[in-house]
Amino acid sequence: MSTVVPAVAPPVVEEERPSRAARAPAPRFNRAAIGFLAPAAIFVGVFIIYPVIATVIRSLFNRTGETFVGFDNYVKVFTDSRTLHAIQNNIIWLLVFPVAVTGFGVLFAVLLERVPYRLVVRTILFTPMAVSLLASGVIWRIMYQQTPETGAMNAVIASVANAITHPGHYQGARPSQPDLTQPVGDGYQLAQTVSPGDVVHMGFIGFPVSEIPAGAQDAKDPSGEAGRIVGVVWRDFIPGGGGQVGQVEPGKKGLPDMTVQLVDGKGSVAAQTQSDTAGDFSFASGGGPYHVVLPAQNFHPPFGGVQWLGSSLVTPAIILAAIWVWVGFATVTIGAGLATMSRDLLEAARVDGATEWQVFRRVTIPLLSPLLIVVFITLVINVLKIFDLVYTIAPGSVIPDANVIALQLYLVAFTGLGDFGIGSAIAVFLFLLVIPIMAANIRRFQGEG
Amino acid sequence: MNSSRLGPVLSVAVLVSLLAACGGSSTTSSKPLAGKKVEVAAVWSKDEQKNFEAVLKGFSDKTGATATFTSTGDQIGTVLGSRIASNSPPDVAVLPQPGLLKDLATKGSLKELDSDTASLVSQNYAAVWKDLGTVNGKFYGVFFKAANKSTVWYNVSAFKQAGVQPPTSMADLAQVFATLSASGVKPVSVGGADGWTLTDWFENAYLNIAGRDNYVKLTNHTIKWTDQTVKDTLKALSQVLQDKYVYGGLSGALQTDFPTSVANIAGNPPKAAIVYEGDFVEGTLKDTSHLTPGTDFNFFPFPGATGPSNSVMGGGDVAVRLTDNAAGVELIKYLASPEAAQIWAAKGGFASANKKVDPSVYPDPVAKASAQALANAQNFVFDMSDQAPAAFGGTKGSGEWADLQTWLKNPTNIDAATTQLEKDAAAAYGS
Repeated sequence: MSTVVPAVAPPVVEEERPSRAARAPAPRFNRAAIGFLAPAAIFVGVFIIYPVIATVIRSLFNRTGETFVGFDNYVKVFTDSRTLHAIQNNIIWLLVFPVAVTGFGVLFAVLLERVPYRLVVRTILFTPMAVSLLASGVIWRIMYQQTPETGAMNAVIASVANAITHPGHYQGARPSQPDLTQPVGDGYQLAQTVSPGDVVHMGFIGFPVSEIPAGAQDAKDPSGEAGRIVGVVWRDFIPGGGGQVGQVEPGKKGLPDMTVQLVDGKGSVAAQTQSDTAGDFSFASGGGPYHVVLPAQNFHPPFGGVQWLGSSLVTPAIILAAIWVWVGFATVTIGAGLATMSRDLLEAARVDGATEWQVFRRVTIPLLSPLLIVVFITLVINVLKIFDLVYTIAPGSVIPDANVIALQLYLVAFTGLGDFGIGSAIAVFLFLLVIPIMAANIRRFQGEG
Repeated sequence: MNSSRLGPVLSVAVLVSLLAACGGSSTTSSKPLAGKKVEVAAVWSKDEQKNFEAVLKGFSDKTGATATFTSTGDQIGTVLGSRIASNSPPDVAVLPQPGLLKDLATKGSLKELDSDTASLVSQNYAAVWKDLGTVNGKFYGVFFKAANKSTVWYNVSAFKQAGVQPPTSMADLAQVFATLSASGVKPVSVGGADGWTLTDWFENAYLNIAGRDNYVKLTNHTIKWTDQTVKDTLKALSQVLQDKYVYGGLSGALQTDFPTSVANIAGNPPKAAIVYEGDFVEGTLKDTSHLTPGTDFNFFPFPGATGPSNSVMGGGDVAVRLTDNAAGVELIKYLASPEAAQIWAAKGGFASANKKVDPSVYPDPVAKASAQALANAQNFVFDMSDQAPAAFGGTKGSGEWADLQTWLKNPTNIDAATTQLEKDAAAAYGS
């Protein structure tokens, strides 16, 4: 290039190149050179150049490969909503993944400079690279399971969440007579207000008998007492069936330890009690009328798990797994760069009074930048062809949401319709995306040479 | 050395016993095919191959013919195609797909079965099985092995807790779901992360609601997926597959794979009371839990539209003849007999549509009941999605699988679902 660059190194290279080129043509052809080149040339021709050309040609034919369809396949690729969604996901990957991995790589590499046993830590960080991507995918899929019993991610969150909000006794319980007992917030209240002398009946269903604390007795129909509000909460379902909804009958257990509140007209709690082993409760409060409220704490469900692999979180979840796999690569590569870096410059900066952050920002990063770009470009190429993790982590039902270009290529060409025309068109598109990055990379290598 | 002295002794003993065996067979003149050979090809391998070889041994013992088994692997169509092309087909093949029977028959590769076998099948099987083995009026195939995919599995103690009986109609099923829910157990677990479980739900409901004729039409895509019968079926399903009835909710069901959905009814207490899938669920439950068929878990036939269903959806392996070898003729006749089926039935993992099979040979009462439902069904249809082009009925993340998964997110959005199904079906069947 003829642009004048103020830096020192590139112009030297620029000037050397033409001189080499001028010397080269002298031996017009050299049998030995051709002989040595031939194996590599044949290999490249058979395994790279021919397939590329064949794919481009194939992309212009229909599914069966019999009819020439021009650019129809490309039109289909860019009008199909599933492929467009895959491209959109690839853009998200492209924006997040290389930056995140390079960033973590720099962070870990710099921090590792300062810890003992850095070889051990570095090896541990690098281990995921040694695990097959398929196996990594399976592991992450299990870790992302929604039920905290199987999914490690949710188990961690559950242990915190359940410590903060205690699950209630009667999870999932709902009134057996929804017209008499109605929801209020996440709890329930009797639809009608009550006054002293009234008897309250609140039956519940929809929870297993195993949620009732041991020692619970069959519920009894309480009789009214003058000056008191009495009532019963009970499981309105006889194990094995039978009985009548809304009736306190033999075989129906009372619900002990239910928190019951009397709430006055202004909405403040006038009295609170716990039901006894037969589900009975009793208030001595005068006045009224009151609402009888069973607050949410009785029914609070345990943490049910984040749906990591649902349609909204699946792509971030898989990106996180990919970062886990690749961060070791970035750390080790950048760490190697740091190790060869001259300490003198860092020391000089420190002597000049630079803070550690300034040293990092103004000296370390600029010196590392050629290496960072190599790492970054490697990651960009890898993210464009990401396939394995998406295919193994995403459940079948969210594949359309997690889709990426390479996976869409596979789905279109090798499963379902088996449309190699559209598959080839996607492959060509992917190839075109990679070419500029490859070109930049090759140019860099030449520049360094 | 002892062994060198023992060697000749042993070989003499073997020789003597062999001679004795030969002598035995030659004296009983009731073995008309002695010395004849017959080759059978099927997809079976491992345990299934071993069990089928036991059946073939039964044939050899009876007739004196030597039957050899060739396992073709999954690609039986390709293997048979190349052997037919090279003029050396196996004498008998057992085909796992009804489509293959039709293909080979239309190409003229199959031999029509003799009248003895035909009348044996008429006596031993429900009429539907003879129809299924007939192409263009000619009878080609005997269904030796069958699978029942109209079995709804439930946890017995969950049903006892709730005091419910197995339902027989869709309305009953909705009522049972409501009662199970009141009793504190999620009524049903659905393995919606795997698309094929949803196609099987749909196919059973459709067979019962729209009837066999419509089922066949929809299978061949001669009626559209936007047909009212499809909408009615999805509507009926939306009344049972409600968010409040499904373990984990509908979004949770889409994250649940098939093995997990089966495990969900195996706990104590179970997470869900019911899971629907084919008769192979019994094996899955026996392998993964310590539950006893019959007492801990059981099945009921998929409910009919308004009353008990007489229809079964499933799969079957059909024995056909590709050569004129007399031993092959006899072998197919043998496979149509109850004694052949009983050999494998006793070993488990097998159901026969043959009504004459002694039910007591099945290893447990559940396998027996499932096989009897199969043999006594008046209607039998094959799994619809298995017969559709793979792009529509068999691909993860696209076609019918993906469309029913999208539908399950919001089951009342029926018109959008049928429109998308029809669009994908048209693309797959058209090409």
